[in-house]
Amino acid sequence: MRGICKQFPGVVALNDVALEVQPGEVHVLLGENGAGKSTLVKILSGAVQKDAGEIALAGERVEIRGPDHARRLGISIIYQELTLVPHLSVAENIFLGKAPRRWGLVDWRQMRHDAERLLHGLGLAIDVTRPVSGLGLAQQQMVEVARALADEARVLVMDEPTSALTGVEVEQLFSTTARLIARGVAVVYISHRMDEVFRIGHRVTVLRDGRNVATHRLADVTVAELVQMMANREVSDQYPRRQVARKSELLRVEGLTRRGILHDVNLSLHAGEVLGIAGLVGAGRTELARAIMGADPIDAGRITIRGQAARIRTPAAAVRQGLGFLPEDRKAHGLVLSLSVQHNIALPNHQRMSKWGLLDGRRERRDAQRMIEQLRIKTPAPDRITRWLSGGNQQKVVLAKWLAGHADIFIFDEPTRGIDVAARRDIYELINGLVERGAGVIMVSSDLPEVLGMSDRVLVMRLGRIQAEFDASAVSEAAVMNAAFGVAS
Amino acid sequence: MNAGAAGITSARQLGTLLGLLALCCVLWILTPHFLTVSNLLNVLQQSAINAIVAAGMTFAIISGGIDLSVGSVLALSGIVLANVLQAGGGLPLAVTLALATAAACGLLNGLLVTGGRLPPFIATLGMMSVARGLALIWAEGRPISGFDETFRLIATGRPLGVPAPVLITLVVYGLAHVALAHSVFGRSVYAIGGNEEASRLSGVPVRWHKTGAYIVCGLSSGVAAVVLTARLNSAQPTAGIMYELDAIAATVIGGTSLFGGEGTLVGALIGALIMGVLRNGLNLLDVSSFVQQLVIGIVIIVAVLIDTALKRGR
Repeated sequence: MRGICKQFPGVVALNDVALEVQPGEVHVLLGENGAGKSTLVKILSGAVQKDAGEIALAGERVEIRGPDHARRLGISIIYQELTLVPHLSVAENIFLGKAPRRWGLVDWRQMRHDAERLLHGLGLAIDVTRPVSGLGLAQQQMVEVARALADEARVLVMDEPTSALTGVEVEQLFSTTARLIARGVAVVYISHRMDEVFRIGHRVTVLRDGRNVATHRLADVTVAELVQMMANREVSDQYPRRQVARKSELLRVEGLTRRGILHDVNLSLHAGEVLGIAGLVGAGRTELARAIMGADPIDAGRITIRGQAARIRTPAAAVRQGLGFLPEDRKAHGLVLSLSVQHNIALPNHQRMSKWGLLDGRRERRDAQRMIEQLRIKTPAPDRITRWLSGGNQQKVVLAKWLAGHADIFIFDEPTRGIDVAARRDIYELINGLVERGAGVIMVSSDLPEVLGMSDRVLVMRLGRIQAEFDASAVSEAAVMNAAFGVAS
Repeated sequence: MNAGAAGITSARQLGTLLGLLALCCVLWILTPHFLTVSNLLNVLQQSAINAIVAAGMTFAIISGGIDLSVGSVLALSGIVLANVLQAGGGLPLAVTLALATAAACGLLNGLLVTGGRLPPFIATLGMMSVARGLALIWAEGRPISGFDETFRLIATGRPLGVPAPVLITLVVYGLAHVALAHSVFGRSVYAIGGNEEASRLSGVPVRWHKTGAYIVCGLSSGVAAVVLTARLNSAQPTAGIMYELDAIAATVIGGTSLFGGEGTLVGALIGALIMGVLRNGLNLLDVSSFVQQLVIGIVIIVAVLIDTALKRGR
């Protein structure tokens, strides 16, 4: 790709960007949120048309007319959000739209056979007749990879493929990727996890503000150098320190139980502290967060807020009690994408922003403007529809919803998922600012260094229970992992 | 250029408005009778009922639902009105009870959707039949006719030269606009239609506001019932058949998304006017009512096609 330009109303998304990927190479694409990575991928996938520039495949100039055309050209994309059909089987998903036929009918035996051969080639043993909905996230991702292979992909783009995966699953994905490049597929790999980038990548291209910054062999650069290229400013200590004394208890949870999901969970959160919650995907961390927020019904348990027994049956009740919740999946649960930035920010704060049931539009706009400045949300205007913001900026809007209000108990479920290093740092500083002002933060995270670096105490969940509690400053990653896997250490 | 919500929706409204104006121009050329004051007032008056019902429908659709019962609720509400009037209950009481009946039907729709977790299509389909049945039972299948002149003023009055139904429509739209665009309730309706779970997790009382949308929808049918009964000087248990489709059509022509979360009242009003102008113009041109059906169907499809194309383009 050479000289790629793309403008959206009000923003230049890409300006003269170039990217060159060799067969058998894993080429990492790095950049802050809004740097233009997603736009570049969308152009490659045919979802968006470029304004200028040219794309060549194996030396031949091509115009990508649409997603279908991209597929036929051998360009496959694996997005953060998986695009499988849950009720169909693995084999059906792999051959969606191109099932082998005999006399006009689908040749099921051939399809199963081909699917098994493809998965076997990737070193996987998955029952191809199972519906995809019964598979783990990692396995679903492998099915996506297999589908790309069935398309005879020459270029495979992976957009944050590991953001929802646990350690073991990441290993699986990496070994699959290694087999892919051995077959001569060119892989474009987008990730914010630096350790992964260095393990899997051959070369790296850094984008900033829609322009190329540099392309390097990964062997020739350091993490610090890359981060600086992305941010163009020194990002020193990855987890900023804070000095706060733990104060009175804000939240106490006793005997919280949701049959089959959460078992007798006890925890307490104090003002001025970050309580980390670690554990494997499926250990019940998100379910715990939702139960405290009143989003799911519970079978037993007591919640005490600021020393007072609280009945939280609905999220509305939780919000009234001063709780704020940043869900794991910001598009499905965090934002109303069809509403503007300012209307999303106002959403949990309607009571405060209205009189006699009528909203104070000026105040709404003023509050939004303040949050946009404070959180450095990149948006042309407060009335921009949130759908058109980049992922990191969307996440900041979700944060702004709660910061604009009077919440002092925050539950953040994977607050930095899919977010670049500089924006992560913004969010860490924001969390520190909150606890310094006397709030309490519960932080659920699958990123172990993050949860240890940010928290005062860490709870480890396993199978719906609290397996262990650690002082974050005095525990090793290995000890937390052992607890998460239920291994005695 | 503003790329935000306001920019896109107002561009969309401008498109609908231009469509309406273009339609008027064509009819003006084809028939000189179209652009006379009396005919235009006539068009407004005839569009009033559909416009009022469409205002309520807009709330239901933006909330991510739909209300198929509006026509039947209109009939039932009209029967209540007529019965109370003929029993000598007086106009204020009759209108209050008629509106209360309509609001109660809306409340029931809302509770079935939020509490009973029925799909809106099913809940209101049921209500469509129940309300119609009640209207027919209560009126014993016959129209109730003949009211005094004061009541008929609601349809025949012309304060400041403007037909009363037109004024009532404007008042309904004024109130509805404040509710939809400036109140917590209205904003919540947009949010719920856009993403119900995200709204719930933000502390929006989803059930409450969703039920509210159906109550507003019911209420607007009640208002339409009062106007229609006064205009016909008769309440008919078979009134309002297919009105739900007209209201949905007006709403959709006006750019409201059937998936919820997007839409405006101004759009619904222009949509209702487009349908009214079209019917009136086709009548003036002596086009048979069979052909009219066909033309209106095509207009609905074309309007939504344009809408979809615009959305894809941006």
